[in-house]
Amino acid sequence: MAKKESSFVNMVFTLFVITLTASTALGFVYEFTKAPIAAAKQAAKMKAINEVLPEFNNLPNEEIYKIAMDNDTLYFYPARENSRLVGTAIETFTNKGFSGNIKLMIGILPDGSINDIVVLEHKETPGLGDKMSKSKSDFSLQFQGINPESFNINVKKDGGDVDAITASTISSRAYCDAVNRACNAYLKGGKK
Amino acid sequence: MNQWKNFNKGFFRENAVFVLFLGLCPTLGVTTSVINGVGMGLATTFVLLMSNIVVTLIKNFIPDKVRIPSFIIIIASFVTIVELLMQAYLPGLFDELGLFIPLIVVNCLVLGRAEAFASKNSFLSSVTDGLGMGFGFTMALFFLGGVREILGSGSFLGFKFIPGDGILLFILAPGAFIALGYLIMIMNKINKKTT
Repeated sequence: MAKKESSFVNMVFTLFVITLTASTALGFVYEFTKAPIAAAKQAAKMKAINEVLPEFNNLPNEEIYKIAMDNDTLYFYPARENSRLVGTAIETFTNKGFSGNIKLMIGILPDGSINDIVVLEHKETPGLGDKMSKSKSDFSLQFQGINPESFNINVKKDGGDVDAITASTISSRAYCDAVNRACNAYLKGGKK
Repeated sequence: MNQWKNFNKGFFRENAVFVLFLGLCPTLGVTTSVINGVGMGLATTFVLLMSNIVVTLIKNFIPDKVRIPSFIIIIASFVTIVELLMQAYLPGLFDELGLFIPLIVVNCLVLGRAEAFASKNSFLSSVTDGLGMGFGFTMALFFLGGVREILGSGSFLGFKFIPGDGILLFILAPGAFIALGYLIMIMNKINKKTT
């Protein structure tokens, strides 16, 4: 079969058909994957909540409440065991990352101390800043059990008590920023 | 055309990274570890194969003057499909690679094969070409990722065998160029011997 001639009508028609087919296919795939993507994100969040809090038997997701902080929103997931508060998971963020936003899930016990922290989302340099993830290094372990009232959540370079990740001071600072934001919000009425 | 020769040219004689120097942006960007490199390679292989197939099937319906825009639309659609599917069914891998998936669109390798091969050759040849080029690309990313992970993190496939930080330079961008340079040197040596 001979090649189609590059006439104006032919070109417009071809591009129209191709873009139409492509957008139809994309629309279909988007609809098809929408539910699994939402489920995967939700599952990651639930897993993080389970990891950062002590045992509970309510559904924190159904008691979610929000507090506005620095032009954005922090989400609070209270966890109860037999209707007694055992801790609150806070989804917090920072805009000070080395490349883009970082989202953390922080578990705070009723006495105000940090139980555990999990990274939800980040775009830090692989091999350097990504050591904030628990699977990559022990950086996040130093936050376990500390109380923001007696522990200065800033890297040592800034006069705080946090050991920064080697060669990733900016990522470490951002991490502390997110933790501080959550703790401040918790003290300013996040505790319910 | 000999299909086996057509397939294996992607590994040595016309390896996308080591010989043709195509698609270097994602190559240098993602190869901080073996698993990232291989994941990126396989995603690219899928896009390459699908776009080769579609381009070779519709090559006679596309007027010459709009062939490049048509190819780009086809490639971009497949990349978005890969991104959505990976996000839905492989969220773990997507966490690592998500940032780099859109970069496949601008990977010259994919457009290059559509333009230089699939739009001129038969269906079967285009399929083997897509697979060969894709797996050759994956192989290159595997080696580059391997070198950088071993030297930079002291680990292989996430398994740490040297405690401590390793040579951080190799995780960062300059290390990618240095490692690539040495790998190209070795590849040239091998290619010279075999031909």
